Amino acid sequence: MMFIPHSDAERDEMLAAIGIQSMDDLFEAIPKRYRFPKINLHEGMTEIEASAQLKEIAEADLSVEDVSCFLGAGAYHHYIPAVIDNLISRGEFYTAYTPYQPEISQGTLQGIFEYQSLIARLTGMEAANASHYDGATACAEAGILAYHQFRGKRKKILISPGLHPHYAAVMQTYLENFDGVHIEIPEFKSLDSVTPQNLADLIDEETAMVMVQYPDFFGQLFDYSEFAEIVHAKGALFCMSVNPIALGLLKTPGEMGADIVVGEGQPLGIPLSLGGPYLGLFAAKKDLIRKVSGRIVGETVDNRGQKAYVLTLTAREQHIRREKATSNICSNQGLNALTAAIYLSLLGKKGLQDVARLCYDKAHYAAERISKIPGFHVLNSTPFFHEFAVACPAPVSEINEHLLHHGILGGLDLSRMIPSLQNVMLIAVTELNSKEAIDDFCRILSGDENDDES
Amino acid sequence: MNIIPGFFYSKNDEWVEVKGTKATVGITDFAQNSLSDIVFVEISVSEGDHVEASDLIGTVESVKAASDVYTPVAGVVVAANESVIDNPELINADPFGKAWLIQVENEDGIDTSGLMNAEEYKTYCEGRG
Repeated sequence: MMFIPHSDAERDEMLAAIGIQSMDDLFEAIPKRYRFPKINLHEGMTEIEASAQLKEIAEADLSVEDVSCFLGAGAYHHYIPAVIDNLISRGEFYTAYTPYQPEISQGTLQGIFEYQSLIARLTGMEAANASHYDGATACAEAGILAYHQFRGKRKKILISPGLHPHYAAVMQTYLENFDGVHIEIPEFKSLDSVTPQNLADLIDEETAMVMVQYPDFFGQLFDYSEFAEIVHAKGALFCMSVNPIALGLLKTPGEMGADIVVGEGQPLGIPLSLGGPYLGLFAAKKDLIRKVSGRIVGETVDNRGQKAYVLTLTAREQHIRREKATSNICSNQGLNALTAAIYLSLLGKKGLQDVARLCYDKAHYAAERISKIPGFHVLNSTPFFHEFAVACPAPVSEINEHLLHHGILGGLDLSRMIPSLQNVMLIAVTELNSKEAIDDFCRILSGDENDDES
Repeated sequence: MNIIPGFFYSKNDEWVEVKGTKATVGITDFAQNSLSDIVFVEISVSEGDHVEASDLIGTVESVKAASDVYTPVAGVVVAANESVIDNPELINADPFGKAWLIQVENEDGIDTSGLMNAEEYKTYCEGRG
């Protein structure tokens, strides 16, 4: 859309229409001293100067392109095919918004519909919405759905200590003002204690929803099929927060009996960009569809029998019965959802399997190498995907400083989120970590710096 | 338009059939006709819940609109119709029969004061065109 400012002639015409002489007359009601306050702004730069300054600011930041990255913990460094930027930069798509007259933008709606279909397939669920802000807010929307599903009669939301601590914190923020809702997270004791079995004992008749992460925050994988049966036997809903890349390789949440699947969609072709904007995945079983928050695009036919797309089931969103809606959220991450749809279409089933397999294999290669370094010990004793926790011989912050000196971005210092995990690093490996980079990482960890050129 | 003699009616187009201390509640033929094809029914109370007259008991959603349903009479819910939840189109087919929504019981008797009889409801509907 072009921005065309008013011309002087138009201004004069408007002033004449309301019967005043000048713009000063228009603002006469505002005391003079407030009318044009002095704003201490920079006097301006030339484009060349501004460009140089922006470059300087950007260079002060460390990009994953400049280092060898072993940091994950919810945001992952994957390859983003060049075609993605090319397609999403098209003028027709380059907006984060679903237009306010959505049906006039059939291309936008079709993009969302394709995204929903892909997410439903990937998670093994019957329906997916048009997306939420990010993984954490999608988790919170799941909690709100569960609250409404039981009409506020079940007040407990049980969260695995294997859920990303930031997601749990966002759920707490969203849900703390819902009447009587309480969030229960068993205290983290040790990595070995973060299991479905230990969570199962805490499910009771008060429980509205049980939430786990798959793979969990520490990379652990469990088959939740039996656990889902236990949750359902207590009458509660079972929600899984997933890493979509992992689903290229693993049994789907749908196969395991999940009622709701949420997750962070960033790994699907979305850049790390300092933590956002990301993409909240949200899928559910068909019988929950009317309680699913946000927007859902459906396929139909128009009055000439041609295929067409519409926003569907909006009666409960914000238009007709907003006071009865599960949630009044109606933003979706349109552009990032489109990115995920393009990424998944581009890779295809086989490509996604390959990416997941590479992540898995490389992470296991790295874990095996690291476990042989004296003083380092891999804590994961159950199957894991592309992330694992390592007990280190020194504080992680010190090790990371040393690694960075060698051009390596180390893993997350887990003590920052879980104080009892002193000297424990959470390491992520993706398809972008070459064997050489992993070998280098292990070499620096082992204290051997002879071959280092930097 | 069908109206059953002997039933009681609310201004919100719910009907009540009283048998002893029990009452059955549903929505009327006029209501289903103005909503058109019903695609979704939610009953938001369950057995054992105490309801007062005018309490929300559920929602009926058609291709055109979503409408709240209130109980016109007070009591304890003794039954909710599961089959109408599974087959929302029953409301279009048989609003006064198979598509009842809930049954309530009140040992002090069902209070129908403030409700219309069939004759009054017929006039009320005609007045709305």
